[in-house]
Amino acid sequence: MGLLTLSSPHTHGPNSTSKVMAIVALATVPGLIAMTALFGWGTLINVVLACAVALASEAAILLLRKRPVSFFLKDNSALLTGVLLGLALPPFAPFWVTAVATSFAIVFSKQLYGGMGNNPFNPAMVGYALVLVSFPVQMTTAWALSTQMTGAPAMGFADTLSVIFAGNAHLADAFSGATPLDAYKHLIAKSTSDDVLAQATFNGWLNGGWEWVNIAFLVGGVLLILRRIITWHIPVAMLSALTLCSLMFGWDEDMYTPLSLHLLSGATMLGAFFIATDPVTASTTPLGKLIYGAGIGILLFVIRTWGAYPDAVAFAVLLMNFAAPFIDAYTQPRTYGHSKARRGLPEKK
Amino acid sequence: MATKSLRDISLDGLWNNNPALVQLLGLCPLLAVTGSVVNALGLGLATMMVLVGSNFSVSLIRNHVPDAVRLPAFVMIIASFVTVAELVMQAFTYELYEVLGIFIPLIVTNCVILGRADSFACKNPIIPSVVDGFMMALGFTVILVLLGAMREVLGQGVIFSNMQLLFGADAAHWKIELVKDYPDFLFAILPPGAFMAMGILIALKNVIDDKLKQRAQAQQAPVEVGSRRVRVTGKIS
Repeated sequence: MGLLTLSSPHTHGPNSTSKVMAIVALATVPGLIAMTALFGWGTLINVVLACAVALASEAAILLLRKRPVSFFLKDNSALLTGVLLGLALPPFAPFWVTAVATSFAIVFSKQLYGGMGNNPFNPAMVGYALVLVSFPVQMTTAWALSTQMTGAPAMGFADTLSVIFAGNAHLADAFSGATPLDAYKHLIAKSTSDDVLAQATFNGWLNGGWEWVNIAFLVGGVLLILRRIITWHIPVAMLSALTLCSLMFGWDEDMYTPLSLHLLSGATMLGAFFIATDPVTASTTPLGKLIYGAGIGILLFVIRTWGAYPDAVAFAVLLMNFAAPFIDAYTQPRTYGHSKARRGLPEKK
Repeated sequence: MATKSLRDISLDGLWNNNPALVQLLGLCPLLAVTGSVVNALGLGLATMMVLVGSNFSVSLIRNHVPDAVRLPAFVMIIASFVTVAELVMQAFTYELYEVLGIFIPLIVTNCVILGRADSFACKNPIIPSVVDGFMMALGFTVILVLLGAMREVLGQGVIFSNMQLLFGADAAHWKIELVKDYPDFLFAILPPGAFMAMGILIALKNVIDDKLKQRAQAQQAPVEVGSRRVRVTGKIS
């Protein structure tokens, strides 16, 4: 009979990096299913393609850097970058857009800084911002219309493959169009809210299916909080800041995108729960997380409302990534044994 | 100051102390105009003309200008040569002059030129100064053209486009289309792409330098035939 007296800390069921990353990737499955069911096969194909490219480029750079390849590939972080990029990119984006975004994310944004855990910017969002800036045509015209918007079944698997890999973009003509955020922003300039919402893009309950996608990501995100993979701070701060901004500055639906669309359209929920919460690039202190999340929410509203782009999760997250180390330095909690929290930047020697 | 051999001066300019890769001088034109090979080559040649001329003149007057006013004097000389270069470009390659625009007069502020005048030409005789000016400018131009080529290929999928701006109408068909229907890769055309390409070139130079150093070390300590390895029994044949 072993009566071992174990001293603290009493850890149990350790969370390895590999496991955490796998759980986050799995938590995107509801969103992925919603995207595939409503918008067709494009997103699923993108996710598979992006994962393959992410793993291949990670392996190639690890070989160049003479690091153990299988050890780092097994931590699933490259896989997660691939999954997030695949979900974020337009469903009908040509294969080379996905490939460029993913390889740039892994090679330049992650491995050049020293690999897993050393990157100051969220790799997936760097890849997304790169292709958004570089290929504006493909990134704005390749969005799929949902089955609710067209009232017809989504495009078949073979045709989708042909659009993505063979460049037969004309096949997608009947299935692609502006996203609700884009449409609302442009149409509201010359008509009233009621007229805009009568468009086919806003069929269904709210905005032609995007609301279900966002709710699915919200469900996945709540699961992550319940599993204690992420804390509530960043998503709650981000969504509240977005809500507050929208109520204060964008309450007039005949001029600005309404709150319901801000919260349940575009990449809001994907950004709030899966992208902004990246443990490497986000703020790490409890107060810091609140500031960091609120910053993303405010930037998201500002860029969506007054900027040139219809959605802004990538830019908002990247801008706050810049600020995260600074926020961390000024929000350190009091440590046990000290009477006061040590805050501020470390003194130069 | 011990005079360096012309060979060392040339090696410094082209490789060891390359103005673009090692000194990181003149980054503004380097990053701004290297969108294509022809722009890069045009600016490189103009810089070369100015640098050779200014090094020559500064070396001529090096014993007659008091230290206190040397910088204004150098800048005057450089500005005169830039004006000459500008007029020459207006006369012979007017379209390229239009394309490069403000970056031609801005050669005056290129630190490479003032740097070489102050750190080399004002302390050395004419021939080494001219060689230094030429080699530094050549090193700068080579990097400009490399950057231009990288960004033209990545950004537009072509190379040597619009060469007629510099080499006359015959050069119009030098353009090589590497990829059909290439979608413009705006990132490579915009300045961030230049920073990235520059970073890659610097990294490549460092890799090559490391390899050279390792090889030199290996050659410096030749293993004597018949000597024993430490804790190894076999003999080296």
